[in-house]
Amino acid sequence: MAGMAGRMSTVVKSKISRLLDRAEDPGETLDYSYQKQLESLQNVKKGIADVVTAKKRLGMQASKLEQSVVKLDTQARQAMSAGNEELARTALERKQLAQTELQGLDQQVAELQSQQEKLTESEKRLRSKIEAFRTKKEVIKAQYSAADAQVRISEAATGVGEEMADVGLAMQRAVDKTEDMRARASAVEELEAAGTFEDLTQLGSGSDDIDRELAEIGAGGAVDDELAKLKSELGTGSAAPQGELESGGEQK
Amino acid sequence: MGEGQYRLGEEAVERVNALDNDAVAAVEGDDEDAFHVAFEQLLELIRTEGEHLHDDDLEASDVIVPPADITFVEAAKDFTGDGLIPD
Repeated sequence: MAGMAGRMSTVVKSKISRLLDRAEDPGETLDYSYQKQLESLQNVKKGIADVVTAKKRLGMQASKLEQSVVKLDTQARQAMSAGNEELARTALERKQLAQTELQGLDQQVAELQSQQEKLTESEKRLRSKIEAFRTKKEVIKAQYSAADAQVRISEAATGVGEEMADVGLAMQRAVDKTEDMRARASAVEELEAAGTFEDLTQLGSGSDDIDRELAEIGAGGAVDDELAKLKSELGTGSAAPQGELESGGEQK
Repeated sequence: MGEGQYRLGEEAVERVNALDNDAVAAVEGDDEDAFHVAFEQLLELIRTEGEHLHDDDLEASDVIVPPADITFVEAAKDFTGDGLIPD
């Protein structure tokens, strides 16, 4: 027996034939079927709107994070030129964290974008099919002759039904993806609420929970690299007693 | 595959069926790369050899092909036994 996809088409067909069997008047069946199709189309439109909303929300978070990255970078520079390496390190660590989040978000936004395009395309196709069905049902009603009408109704309805099942499947996948992203979005919001990406000047000297969180992220290596880069960029003119800084001074 | 309906000639169907069987073999052998290779060839074959039906054509499909961005886990449900096309 065929796989899942084959089963899906079988399900569509049997649902439709059941629908057709129930009705005595094919004209009524056709109108009812058309109503159902329009309802499904509405649901698809609603689904697309949901995806668009989720995408916008993630986009807004991404731009907030971008601002944080710029700000933290500036702060790191300021701290470094003031000779406060600890503060610079903290700023860079947060910048790393924000950047990692940002990358994830950008990718998700791109994914949602492609889902949205596909769904819009499917929605357009479904609309054409439903429109064709509307025309066809009027023709069938007009030239109604029992046996022949049953066959044609069934064929027409199956064509729409399959497209609907197809769009339904795409919808389901988009909804699943959107759910994942919602979870991610609230995670980022929590980090924001916890002040992870916030202005360093608003903080006291060493807030332990943030330090711990940052340590977990394990962005240490990248931060060291950037710190070294900053040092060399700024020429490390300011007084800094650590030996590390001498290597910074050796730059070309 | 979420891309509308295609009509295929008999010869093309045979080639699609062969790729379909390859895909099933790949899923059974737990070979994700081989599956994607076979499945992408299958889609490409349908797109190039198939005649794309108008959006307002109302015809029943013989086979419904899963979407292009199918994951290996999802594929395990679709590509079993004879695959999409019964042999």
